[in-house]
Amino acid sequence: MIRSEVLKEIAPIIRDELIVCNIGIPSQELHAIDDQPTNFYMLGTMGLASSIGLGLALAQDKNVIAIDGDGSVLTNLGTLPTIANNAAGNFTLLIVDNGSYGSTGDQPTYAGMKTSLSKVAEACGCENVVECRAEDTGEVLEAALAGDEMTIIVCKCESGNAKMPVITMDPVVIKDRFMKAVQA
Amino acid sequence: MDINKKFADDFAANGVDFITTVPCKQLAGVIEELERRDDIFHIPSNKEDEGMGLCAGAHMGGKRAAIIMQNTALGVTINTLATLIQYYRMPLPMLISYRGELGEPVACQVEMAVHTKGLLAQLNIPTYHFHRPEDVAEFDAILKYTFMCNKPVAILTDATFWGGYDGEGDAK
Ligand SMILES: [Mg+2]
Repeated sequence: MIRSEVLKEIAPIIRDELIVCNIGIPSQELHAIDDQPTNFYMLGTMGLASSIGLGLALAQDKNVIAIDGDGSVLTNLGTLPTIANNAAGNFTLLIVDNGSYGSTGDQPTYAGMKTSLSKVAEACGCENVVECRAEDTGEVLEAALAGDEMTIIVCKCESGNAKMPVITMDPVVIKDRFMKAVQA
Repeated sequence: MDINKKFADDFAANGVDFITTVPCKQLAGVIEELERRDDIFHIPSNKEDEGMGLCAGAHMGGKRAAIIMQNTALGVTINTLATLIQYYRMPLPMLISYRGELGEPVACQVEMAVHTKGLLAQLNIPTYHFHRPEDVAEFDAILKYTFMCNKPVAILTDATFWGGYDGEGDAK
């Protein structure tokens, strides 16, 4: 399974949840699969999906899922200690780990080599880390949403991208729509 | 007047209750004050762009957020300021320790000090420079201005400013 297939499978599960989605092709894929006002699409700023998601989870009570990538987490590894030490029960970090920088042409990341992001997350103090096969992501995610413990999911999937259009929505419109959904 | 308490009080009075910090010696007293009080949630971050991500999320969650950082880190936040904070029109007070100015003992700090105002100007970030101890009187108005215009706003606080206060935060 590649990322877009994982997103298609979890789309019905995350439909009504607050989503902070990683820059580039992940956001394009989610936007094309199931655009929702509860989706915040990052148009720039690689690496900050987990930080934005944590800030949002700490600021209000609704569930927040940050959909991140292995390459993006590697670019902002400092996020994991911050997440671990400020655990928010309504926060789930879903790392779609395809071992590559998907948006830039599938160059391999270290997460696809010797580096285990789930072990890094555990070493950083995250207490509830689940590494799963792409096929099991929906099930693991549903369990995380049902519980009240912060969960880090590392979903191991294949490298590859679906061809989706670029998001042309204005950033201020994305934010305004999202903030209204947060407050609803 | 306790300068550290003044900064925190002004934040609190303006509804800013989510503050991330990356430490600087000059800002140690403010950070300690934030950690001490319970009307402001203090979340240390490991890098300033990460901190701005936290602030962006808190902002969208309905909070007023701020970052406290050192000017030497401005370089690592340029992309985040342009493509997140400014692009999505988010208010962000940036209380910045302005190292490398008069009284600076560490030569290397000057290397980023000479770029600090240039970088902020290039980004069209409204910038206020606290040099005299009494300059802090404007802090409240700067916070109001930040949340009025929904922009990142920089407040540079230099060694002369901090030198006007003693170890307890009182004016000398
Ligand atoms: Mg990847």
